[in-house]
Amino acid sequence: MAEKLKLDIVTPYGHVFTDEVDEIVAAGSEGEFGVLPEHVPFLTTLKVGMLTYKKGSETGYFFISGGYSEVGPDNVTILADSAERSDSIDVERAKAAMKRAEERLKQAEKFDQARATSALERAIARIQVAEKR
Amino acid sequence: MATLRDIKKRIKAVQNTQKITKAMKMVSASKLRKVQNRMLDLRPYADKMQDVLMSLAKGADREAHPLLAFRPRKTVEVLVITSDRGLCGAFNTNILKAAQKCIDGFKKDGFEVSISTVGKKARDYFKRRGVASRNSWTGISGSVSFTNAQEIANNIKENFINETIDEVTVVYNAFKSMVAQTVTVAQLLPLAPVDEGKEGTVSESTVADFIYEPSMEAIFDRLIPRNVDIQIYRALLESSASEEAARMSAMENATQSCSEMVSTLTLQFNKARQASITGELMDIVGGVEALKG
Repeated sequence: MAEKLKLDIVTPYGHVFTDEVDEIVAAGSEGEFGVLPEHVPFLTTLKVGMLTYKKGSETGYFFISGGYSEVGPDNVTILADSAERSDSIDVERAKAAMKRAEERLKQAEKFDQARATSALERAIARIQVAEKR
Repeated sequence: MATLRDIKKRIKAVQNTQKITKAMKMVSASKLRKVQNRMLDLRPYADKMQDVLMSLAKGADREAHPLLAFRPRKTVEVLVITSDRGLCGAFNTNILKAAQKCIDGFKKDGFEVSISTVGKKARDYFKRRGVASRNSWTGISGSVSFTNAQEIANNIKENFINETIDEVTVVYNAFKSMVAQTVTVAQLLPLAPVDEGKEGTVSESTVADFIYEPSMEAIFDRLIPRNVDIQIYRALLESSASEEAARMSAMENATQSCSEMVSTLTLQFNKARQASITGELMDIVGGVEALKG
């Protein structure tokens, strides 16, 4: 019986995180889901959002900008498009990005609305994660 | 015997060559550093993605996605990745040899072979032999980008889905270390059944049915094509890093050979100089003796 989960977060820009943890909560495309050891095999797409893990008394937060998550009985692999730990997020930049996206949403005819919406989503999620540290 | 002037000229020429090879080595070193970092960053992602897909492909129905399909093999595609430029030792020769062997093997087994190439060296090789390649891309090896990879991947995916090709094999140089590259022949599509030896990474229980969210189709539709992009991107980066490493060591060797040549030539030059001085002295002494007489 596995008592720990091996959490791996990888992105095309490198290995972000790997450790044995107790519990993981992530934002799946169909809603938030939690993983404890001995989970059934599970594969989901991830939406832009926060990933939280607990290891003993320590809690860590990550910003994930979409990707995939594969869950096995004793391991969780996150294939993220990009991932940032809460303490490495540039809040100023995220705030600027949020403002820019909001402005673009107001000028519907000039900018690609779908892109602006997802940019806004990412910025808001980043700020939320950054506040958790 | 070569005159003093001739030898001097040659020394100069060799020294100039040495300057060039030295500079090329430096250029390769800095290019290598850049591409190597990107490659090392991508590797874990590409490996994990391949692992995930392997464990999926084992449990999943082969009909579930067009890119998973095992069809009776008729046409086999070989994607050969080389460099655009030469002067990198046996880098391209090794790849082309391996590719040729792979192609011959398929032909012997009675399959049609279609060839795609990346890099001028592969394109020219097949052109010289009068073999038509289905597609060739050039101008990538020096500046690999994800867009390049996607372009190639899209072409391959399209042809696979409309059944022009039934299997895809990639031949490229994998980066092992600064001094070693390994020629890699890997099957890209359809996802190969996992080798017996690699079983260790996938535990028995993962073979069991997955729960998919939102649905298996939705996930396969995104994940499988993306994997093709990533694996090709990885092959391009590995090849590019290997190329620069190969060029670096080739240029290092050339620089060393130049040094050796310069020292042999200098020795020759000094010998010739001495010989000519001795000759002149003999003339003078001979002249003096004659006057005395």
